[in-house]
Amino acid sequence: MSTAGATVSSRLADIVGPLNVGTDPAQLAAFAIDDKNPSSVVRPQSAAEIVEIVKFARKERLAIVATGARTKLGIGLPPRQYDIALDMTRLERLVSYDPGDLTLSVEAGISLHKLGAILTEHGQFLPLAAPYWDRTTIGGTVASGVDGPLRQLYGTARDYLLGMEFVTGEGVLAKSGGRVVKNVTGYDIHKVMIGALGTLGVITRINFKTFPMLSSSRAFVATFQTLERACGMRNRVSQSHLAPVTMEIFSPGVTNLFASDAARRIAPTSMPENIFSGSRWIFTSGFAGNQNALERYENDLRKMAEECGAVDAAVLQGPQLASAFALKREFIPLALSSSPAVTILKISVLPRQIAEALTAATREAESRHLPWVAIARGVGVIYFAMLPAESGETSKQLTHQAADNILSACAALGGHVTIPWCPTGWKDTLKVWGLPRADFAQMLKLKKAFDPHGLFSPGRFVGGI
Amino acid sequence: MHALTLTFTDARVYSGFEEHATHFAVGILMDSHAINDLKKLLGADAVLYRPEELLLYEYDGSVEIARPNCVVFPRNTKDVVGIVQIANRYQIPIIGRGAGTGLSGGALARQGGILVVFSRMNRILEIDVENQRAVVQPGVVNADLSVAVAHNDLHFAPDPSSQKASTIGGNVSENSGGPHTLAYGVTTNHVHSLEAVLPTGELVRLGSPALDSPGYDLPGLFVGSEGTLALITEITVKLTRLPETVKTLLAIFDTVDDATETVVDITARGITPAACEMLDGWTIRAVEAYVHAGFPVDCAAVLLLEVDGLREAAEQHAEDVADVCRLHHAREVRVARDARERDLLWKGRKNAFGAVGRLSPTYYVQDGVIPRTKLPQTLRRINEIGEKYGFEIGNIFHAGDGNLHPIILFDAREEKQFQRAVASADEIIGFCIEMGGSITGEHGVGMEKDRLMPLLFTEDDMNLMRRVRDGYNPTGLLNPGKIFPSTKGCGEIHVRPGSVAGASRA
Repeated sequence: MSTAGATVSSRLADIVGPLNVGTDPAQLAAFAIDDKNPSSVVRPQSAAEIVEIVKFARKERLAIVATGARTKLGIGLPPRQYDIALDMTRLERLVSYDPGDLTLSVEAGISLHKLGAILTEHGQFLPLAAPYWDRTTIGGTVASGVDGPLRQLYGTARDYLLGMEFVTGEGVLAKSGGRVVKNVTGYDIHKVMIGALGTLGVITRINFKTFPMLSSSRAFVATFQTLERACGMRNRVSQSHLAPVTMEIFSPGVTNLFASDAARRIAPTSMPENIFSGSRWIFTSGFAGNQNALERYENDLRKMAEECGAVDAAVLQGPQLASAFALKREFIPLALSSSPAVTILKISVLPRQIAEALTAATREAESRHLPWVAIARGVGVIYFAMLPAESGETSKQLTHQAADNILSACAALGGHVTIPWCPTGWKDTLKVWGLPRADFAQMLKLKKAFDPHGLFSPGRFVGGI
Repeated sequence: MHALTLTFTDARVYSGFEEHATHFAVGILMDSHAINDLKKLLGADAVLYRPEELLLYEYDGSVEIARPNCVVFPRNTKDVVGIVQIANRYQIPIIGRGAGTGLSGGALARQGGILVVFSRMNRILEIDVENQRAVVQPGVVNADLSVAVAHNDLHFAPDPSSQKASTIGGNVSENSGGPHTLAYGVTTNHVHSLEAVLPTGELVRLGSPALDSPGYDLPGLFVGSEGTLALITEITVKLTRLPETVKTLLAIFDTVDDATETVVDITARGITPAACEMLDGWTIRAVEAYVHAGFPVDCAAVLLLEVDGLREAAEQHAEDVADVCRLHHAREVRVARDARERDLLWKGRKNAFGAVGRLSPTYYVQDGVIPRTKLPQTLRRINEIGEKYGFEIGNIFHAGDGNLHPIILFDAREEKQFQRAVASADEIIGFCIEMGGSITGEHGVGMEKDRLMPLLFTEDDMNLMRRVRDGYNPTGLLNPGKIFPSTKGCGEIHVRPGSVAGASRA
């Protein structure tokens, strides 16, 4: 370690104690972002310590990236500078939980899994069914803005987040919102922290609305010969009074992904053969309610599926339902483990444009012989994964061309595309954050207000913020 | 303060009005050249500046007053950009306004200036039934959008009680709530993207109709920013499917405690009604004398409960809710048998403030929020505070989400009464905060509660918010004197004497 590095780590040790500063190469490598290691890993246990760390970093012009379970550090552009990895996992206290009020305040480093267990005891849950569910932290999930299958009914974090506490780039502990379910006092600053990839501040505490656990739930699954028919089913449901909990369309290749060894570890229960094999598009929709409501959903969905030309249909419940839910929640990690050079596009379009956007995407991939799989949420968000067999220059170029064309096609529809996951070495050419944005100047103003010295995750976010 | 130059020597329009001179930090003199420029831009019929024309615009639904120097009516986004440019040229404050139904003074020209009234920008530009989106101009009246899409079995879910008058632009600025936000969420949950004119004159588009627009969630910041960041010129909203079945119940209680305990229990059991409103006995009697909604005048409180959804689910939920009411000694649980009965019950609720207005020269509506488990003790405390100060305090509010609207009746013509009313309101808000609550659930901070902000937020919290504001509103010309406490002393609330504030809202 250099002398400067030694000084930094000893100063950090003054703040958090020597046991909570890591500098040995193996440790640092575990916090690498796009092959770049930090020079120190710090494990604070309080917001007050983070304030001190940020103040120190500001003085020394050191760049900070806050990390949770490090499951999604690959999202975004490579950091311009990366000195301190701020390991948030020691901030994992439940600050307050009032089941009677259905409100919750937690520190950012608590894992979704651990929190889920606490809520389950009280018959409640948080609808953040994010990938890497067994270990991902709530702070990382919120900061990375990843979504999950439950957004069909519950929306995203922005719809049930009540308030937040965070440390700004000036080393100031600030908050917005509150702990009550309805509140318009002051600016909704916490909303801009969602999905900001830690570029505005270090989230230390989050207040949420919790939800009563669903009484009894099932999932309807139907297969279709074509994408258009599967989308027709989605449209049919959205025009009805049914209010499903989840609604997705899987591409034909997804069943292979769900049959992998990695998938079996996540979901040991096997799925009905007639549905989860073969080369068809799969429509799936979860629903919940009392016995009468469940029957109504089942009957209506079966009828709609017939009208929309379904080949086959089934209703999942019990362990099969749990397994199917886990698989679609974990689509991203499963896709990432399926090829050496996975590139996943996140495509957002209006719900009625899903078929058109996916058709364009598959055409671009197939014309270049790039294997692909996709999962489309009914709300108009599609994850399109291209899975080249090798990671060489040819694959890079083909993927790049395909991605660019998909970007243009979706832009023409008024939608947008980002590339949250791809090999590090491909980020120099792939448009990770999509096309330049007209409101970028307005984003810079926000960055300046929160982090005027550019300490947090420099370069990783939209437009290189 | 910029803008408040007293240096113009030529012909002027003076609109600081002597009798309420304290309402202005400084009286504004507005250059007649600015008026002429505005007339040239918008046409003479779209600019008001004579004192008698301005009178109407010194009010909103709150107890505040402040008179603008002129009022303008843009017809399109280009007009708005032009108005902002003129305001910048002459360094005059600009304030956006919809229907003026706000309850916190958000649409008042606190420091004078140009009031930009969006009533002529009231077109629904696009309805996309299939994707459940609509694009509207800010002056579209909330209820009009729902009416326009009703035949497609859709509606715009945010339903402030002012919805027959208030505009979607105003709803967006204040992040308005309403009875059904308990299940459907407030305005911000129903806005996809915005077109806005920044105080610098820049025209911007924030967010997109497709979800998860890359970058910071700027619509999330701008919705509810109380007109301090931009003038909103176009809004893309989400349209929501109308429920298949709606069941409206009226539960009648002989004690307030039984009613509040019922709300606590419904929440704790994980039942989320579409709406859960409470009216106390005093309010019921005021409402019945006016609306004849069929509320029993001899009870202590009623809960107006609504459940909706799929027929099979709604029927079950209605039974569950009725069971909980009976468990807490409801004297009677009535279920509206048809749409007419249902409308009558809601008429009673939505016209309650108008009813109260008949009883007192002035009233003061608060908007505190508490965790729902604290409802029983909070209502008891409000009652004690009323007794202590010698006021009738009515309660009619969104019980399901703990959003209180205590109504303090007083006579503003008596200075002492007014001061006692403010003191009692402050004590109620203080108690809400003590309970872990907030100072405003849906009315906004505006100029009414700016002085209360430090009760919830530290100087650091507010400084960050100010920095955000200054990023978009660097000269401070847009809606000055709102949200953030001014440097003036505390305890200053302006009330227009001898008038009734805020009919049929909240």
